Amino acid sequence: MRSLFASLTSTSFSLNLWSDLQNMWQYEFMRHAFMAGTIVAVVAGVVGYFVVLRRLSFAAHALSHAGFAGAAGAVLIGISPLYGLLAFTIGGGLAMGALGKRAMNRDVQIGTVLAFMLGLGVLFISLYTGYATEAYSILFGEILGISQTDVIVTLIAGALVLLVMGLFYHPLLFTSLDEDVAEAKGVPVLGLGLLFMFILAVTTSISVQVVGVLLIFALLVTPAAIAERLATRPKNGVLISVAVALAATWIGLFTSFYLPYPVSFFIITLVFTLYIIVRLWKPSAVRIEE
Amino acid sequence: MPKLSDSNRQVSSTNIVEAHDLTAAYKNTVVWREATFTIGKGEFVAVLGPNGAGKTTLFRLLLGLLQPVSGRLELFGSRPRRGHGLVGYVPQRRPIDSEMHIEAAELVRLGLYGKKLGYLSATQSKQAEDAVAKALAQVDAETLGAKPLGTLSGGELQRIFLAQALVGQPQLLMLDEPFANLDIRREAQLASLVSKIVREQQISVLLITHDLNPLLPFLDRVIYVANGQVASGKPSDVITTKALSKLYGAPVEVLRDSRGRVAVLGTEEAVHHA
Repeated sequence: MRSLFASLTSTSFSLNLWSDLQNMWQYEFMRHAFMAGTIVAVVAGVVGYFVVLRRLSFAAHALSHAGFAGAAGAVLIGISPLYGLLAFTIGGGLAMGALGKRAMNRDVQIGTVLAFMLGLGVLFISLYTGYATEAYSILFGEILGISQTDVIVTLIAGALVLLVMGLFYHPLLFTSLDEDVAEAKGVPVLGLGLLFMFILAVTTSISVQVVGVLLIFALLVTPAAIAERLATRPKNGVLISVAVALAATWIGLFTSFYLPYPVSFFIITLVFTLYIIVRLWKPSAVRIEE
Repeated sequence: MPKLSDSNRQVSSTNIVEAHDLTAAYKNTVVWREATFTIGKGEFVAVLGPNGAGKTTLFRLLLGLLQPVSGRLELFGSRPRRGHGLVGYVPQRRPIDSEMHIEAAELVRLGLYGKKLGYLSATQSKQAEDAVAKALAQVDAETLGAKPLGTLSGGELQRIFLAQALVGQPQLLMLDEPFANLDIRREAQLASLVSKIVREQQISVLLITHDLNPLLPFLDRVIYVANGQVASGKPSDVITTKALSKLYGAPVEVLRDSRGRVAVLGTEEAVHHA
C-alpha cells in the first residue's frame, strides 16, 4: 500500500528543495510522520547509545518481538497497536531487568522467550480477520499511517524517557561501564537496571511505529554503534547517535514521499551505509602493549 | 595456623579499621569466624589466603555490601556503609572489551561524579577535570587519559583503575588482586607505584594477592584468611616457609639471600596465580 503514496499524492520531485518540502508538508499524514519520526529518532538515538554501551542489543531485539505479540493482540481487540506494544515491552523489559545485567546476556533464554512471543503474535494475527497489512505494518513500520493521537502519545512517552535519561545520565553511564565499582560506591545497580529496561521498552514501542519490529536496530542500535566508534566522550557519542538517527529518519521520509519504496528501507539503508563507511574509516582499535 | 599475638595492635585512634570477633557468612554458610584485627593509618597490608577462603568476603564486609552475622566491624569509627567517601576500591577485573572506544579519563571521572543526578555545572565540570588530571598524574598516566579504554594494556588499565579509586581522595585503598594478568616487571612497577602513593599521602592500603614477591619491600602487615579463620601478623612472622605452607596447604618456600631480601616460591599447581 505504501507504493501507492507516490501516485495518490500525484506529486513529483522538483529541483527546488523548499517547494518539495512545502509540497510534502501540505499532507497531514506527512506532518504526523515527521513529528513522530523526529521524536522517535531523538529518543532512540539517546537510549540506543546506552543499549550499545550495555551490550543489550539482543535484549532490545527480543523486546521488540514481545512488542509484536502485544501489537497484534491490540489489533485483535480493536485498540491502537501502540498500547499493546507498550504493555508487552514494559512487561518483558521489567522481567528481564529483574534477572540482572548478567542474566540479560544469556542469549539462549532470551531467544527462547523471543520465539514464543513471535508465535503468540502469529496466533493473534491469524485470529484477526481484517487485512494482512496490519501484520505487515507492525513488522516493518507504518509511519505514514500515524494518527494525531499517536503523535501525542509518542511525544509524552518521548519526553518522559528524555527526562529520566537526563536525570540518571551519570549513574547509568557508571553502571554501564563499571558495574562493580558503581555498586561499591552505593549506586543502586539493580534498580537502575530495571529503570533502564523500562526506558528501553517505551523507546522500543514508539520506535516500532517508524521502523517496525524487525527493523528496530535501524534506530536503536546502528546509529549508536556508529557513534560509539566515532566518539571517545559519551556526551559526544549521544549527540552523534541522535544526529545520525535524525538525519536517516528525515532523509528516509523525504525520499519515500517521492519514491515508491517504504520509509524503513531507506532508514536502514542510510544507517547501514554509514556504519560500513565508519568501520572502514575507523577500524577496530588495536591493543598495543607498553 | 600459627597463633599470633596482639602485640602489633595499635592505639584505637590511629586505626581506620577495627574488627572484633567478626564472623562472615553467606546465608547459612560461615566463611570464617571470630576475626579480630586492626588496620592502622598509613599501613600497607596484604591479604593472603587460598582461593575461596573468604578474602573477597572480607572486602565485601568493609565495603558495606555484606553484613557480618556477628561481631563488631568499624571503618573510620562507624559501621561500614556502601559508598563511603574515604574508601577507594579497585575490584578484581575482567578484561575490557577491545571495542570500547570511550576514553580512559571518563572512567576516572565517574569515580567522582558517577552517583550524581542531573547535569554537572560548569564549575563542577572544571573541578572534575582538575581532579581527574591530578589522579592520572599520581599514577603516571597523564598520556593515557585521552586513549580509548579498549586500546589499553593490562598494566595501563590497572593504573587507570587506580586513578579512579584515588580521584575521590580516599584514606583507605582496597585492591582486589591488582597483579592478576600482569607480568613480573609490571607487577613490580605497580607495587612500587602504590607504595609511593601510600607514603606520600598517608593512605592505608589493603591488597588481596597471591603473589607476595612484588610487595615484600613495602609491606607493614599481613592479614591471612584460611581454614575459616582470619589472623594478622608482621610480614617477618607470617612470611616463613612453615606459616605459608600451612596457610596454602601446599609446600611454599621462603628464601632469604645474603642481603636480607626475601623471595617466596611456590609450586604453580599449589599456589594459584589468577
